[in-house]
Amino acid sequence: MRELMTGAQAIVRGAIDAGCDFFAGYPITPATDILLYMLHELPKVSGTAIQAEDEIASMGFCIGAAMTGKRVLTATSGPGISLYSENIGLAIMGEVPMVIVDVQRMGPATGGATTVGQGDIQFLRWGTSGGYPVVVLSPTNAPDCYNLTCRAFDLAERFRIPVFLATDKEIALTLVTVEEDELIRFPVRKRQVVSQENEFIPYKTSPTNQVPLFSPFGGSHLLRFTTSTHDEYGQLTKNPAKVRLLNERLASKVEDSIDEISLVKSDLVDGADILIISYGVTSLAVAEAVQIARQAGKRVSCLAVQTLWPVPEKEIRAALHGVRKVIVPELNLGQYRLEVERLVRDGVEVLGVNRVDGELISPQEILHQGGLL
Amino acid sequence: MTDQTVLSYLDENLLPFFFCPGCGHGMITEQLNAALVKLQLDPHKVVIVTDIGCSGLADKYFTTNAFHGLHGRSVTYATGIKLANPELKVIVLMGDGGCGIGGHHLINAARRNIGVTVIVFNNFNYGMTGGEHSVTTPMGGLTSSTPFGQLEKTMDICQTVAVNSASFTARTTSFEKSLPDMLAAAIQNEGFSLVDIWELCTAYYVPNNRFNKSMLLSSLDQLGFKTGILQHTPRAEYTQAYRESVALQAGKPAMPAHPIQARYRSDLDKRMGMVIAGAAGKKINSAASLFCRAAVLSNLWVSQRNDYPVTVKSGHSVSEVILSPEQIGYTGITKPEVLLLLFKEGLPAVKSQLDMMDEQGIVYANSELLPIHTRARVVPLGFKKSDTWAAKKEYWVIIALARLLLDTNFFPLDAFKEAVSGRAEFADNNLRAIEFALRLSA
Ligand code: SF4
Repeated sequence: MRELMTGAQAIVRGAIDAGCDFFAGYPITPATDILLYMLHELPKVSGTAIQAEDEIASMGFCIGAAMTGKRVLTATSGPGISLYSENIGLAIMGEVPMVIVDVQRMGPATGGATTVGQGDIQFLRWGTSGGYPVVVLSPTNAPDCYNLTCRAFDLAERFRIPVFLATDKEIALTLVTVEEDELIRFPVRKRQVVSQENEFIPYKTSPTNQVPLFSPFGGSHLLRFTTSTHDEYGQLTKNPAKVRLLNERLASKVEDSIDEISLVKSDLVDGADILIISYGVTSLAVAEAVQIARQAGKRVSCLAVQTLWPVPEKEIRAALHGVRKVIVPELNLGQYRLEVERLVRDGVEVLGVNRVDGELISPQEILHQGGLL
Repeated sequence: MTDQTVLSYLDENLLPFFFCPGCGHGMITEQLNAALVKLQLDPHKVVIVTDIGCSGLADKYFTTNAFHGLHGRSVTYATGIKLANPELKVIVLMGDGGCGIGGHHLINAARRNIGVTVIVFNNFNYGMTGGEHSVTTPMGGLTSSTPFGQLEKTMDICQTVAVNSASFTARTTSFEKSLPDMLAAAIQNEGFSLVDIWELCTAYYVPNNRFNKSMLLSSLDQLGFKTGILQHTPRAEYTQAYRESVALQAGKPAMPAHPIQARYRSDLDKRMGMVIAGAAGKKINSAASLFCRAAVLSNLWVSQRNDYPVTVKSGHSVSEVILSPEQIGYTGITKPEVLLLLFKEGLPAVKSQLDMMDEQGIVYANSELLPIHTRARVVPLGFKKSDTWAAKKEYWVIIALARLLLDTNFFPLDAFKEAVSGRAEFADNNLRAIEFALRLSA
């Protein structure tokens, strides 16, 4: 059976099906639809949704709620991510599971509120002090918005990290036909909690599990949460050995599990000498361009990257095999191209197809600028 | 309440406090402990949220839950905790610095009447970073960042939240013997409470200003700042008000699926891009989505992207619709097959598409907007002269879409009739518009 839905609706449906029960946000085009839907829908599942006084408070509310055990979501656009920044760092440091939707619009600053962009890609990765890894998923269409929202909740709960869903005005607000079986209800794992009988040490980990077990505020244990460098007990420390352990673990708990986090959609053909790497809305034009090029007898592969961060290097390297030219279309001045460039062998040409005028990149532009016609 | 009497909520192993000798922070922390002992709250149901600064070290001494967050944001974490679990007693400890950087959150927590208690350790300067001035530094006060004296007025923290309807405010000093009672009253208040406690920073403000306890008391008088419980006007606490306001929603299906059963057939054998160019407030987007719904009812795939300026009620409104017998990927339209030009506001927004169109394309244009520059075939639509009812501009788009279906048979008009009947309040007029289109083309 088919339905009509926007990416924003798919995200909200995905969040609810993933067990989300808390939302805080602040109005911003083009992310406001998500706020409004959540305000309407969450009370139906006994959840809480609120418009906060600003983006900083939105993040603060979400973080507080997450530490009582809620599955939390917030949604904003680039200028809001700027204001989220300090609390993104806090969520990393305090190991707070949460999903943050960035409905990208054109930047910088207020940029173009109702125009599409993909300019936040590096910002999401590096937009908080300290430089610790985050997970960023990027859906390619409306069903993918649903599917990756479920995945984002799963990864957030599993690793106790903020997970971003980087979408854009075009995918979030365009109404499309969706076949119901395209929506895949990915099971969300529960946060690992400490049992009532056992002693609870808030930030203690084991050699086999780098993620600390959880006990919520108001639960059977006392929880000590801190955003400052801390020991296992959540007490402030400057002890170099403990500080190193903490900081290394915050990175390695994500990086060591990259295989579990990496998601790509690959459409590779044997003997292809050209590979197109894209993400988000640009992938739609790429798929069409590839179809046209193949009809014209070209051997072209394409890879839509769904996990932008950490970079799925293994999957990208595999797709690069035998390729002599890589095309990276993006609605920015070439941000993810930087990641591709560091993965290619010498002599492989990496070509960007870029637009920053608020218009989509068309399949024809990819074909022409990529030298495929 | 706990099963056993709690004699202290402080971890004796960590004492004495790490604060400088004579600092008010230790005194307030002890008095807060006394208040908690008085109230005998279950430590598992208490969360102490601290801000940045020396006062932010205080949570570590408590054998309750603790949350130490970023500067000025403590009230937001406390709000999130309370919203998510209203049975918890959430107590915020912050300095005058936190009240400055987080003033916006204080004001809104008061307005919202969220059930958290804010205890301000107010010593007129930033202790932790080296004695800089804060929002409460008295005028003329010497701090490391006001070497020639403070020029800015002292913020009245209690008044600030009181004018924004805080349900409980109180002001006192760390020397006050009855402080535990005042803190207990604040914690017991169901809504938002704030207690502003004036105290000494013996490392900075005291030596820099030859300040002492009696000067602290006299500066309260000089400013005309009253002490004691200043405001206690209970009103509905936010989480309770929220639960009441959403009570009827519980159990309703959230984001239910709206499957569309294809009941009609379409003969369309290739992808077709159409653009509807109109003006804001003329139902362009909503009519386009009804048209899309009708197409799905006819077993087609669709996409609809809307373009409009940030101003919602003025300027252009353009919808780009793709119909296709197959799944649609890329949703852009460079060269439309059909363009409906209904209002002059839409003309500039579709100019390049009009230029791209060739002889194969059709433009249905409001005859008042003719002539236009395009190679496409132009079909004039005369709305105004034909019928007084048709002068209602918000139905022009429905009329034009119906006319398009009559001419092209992309999908049956009956599918469109079914789609436009979906929302009862508009159904009659929408159907009248379709009937009008039938007469117009006859
Ligand atoms: S610096 Fe001031 S506020 Fe901080 S502990 Fe010392 S006396 Fe107290």
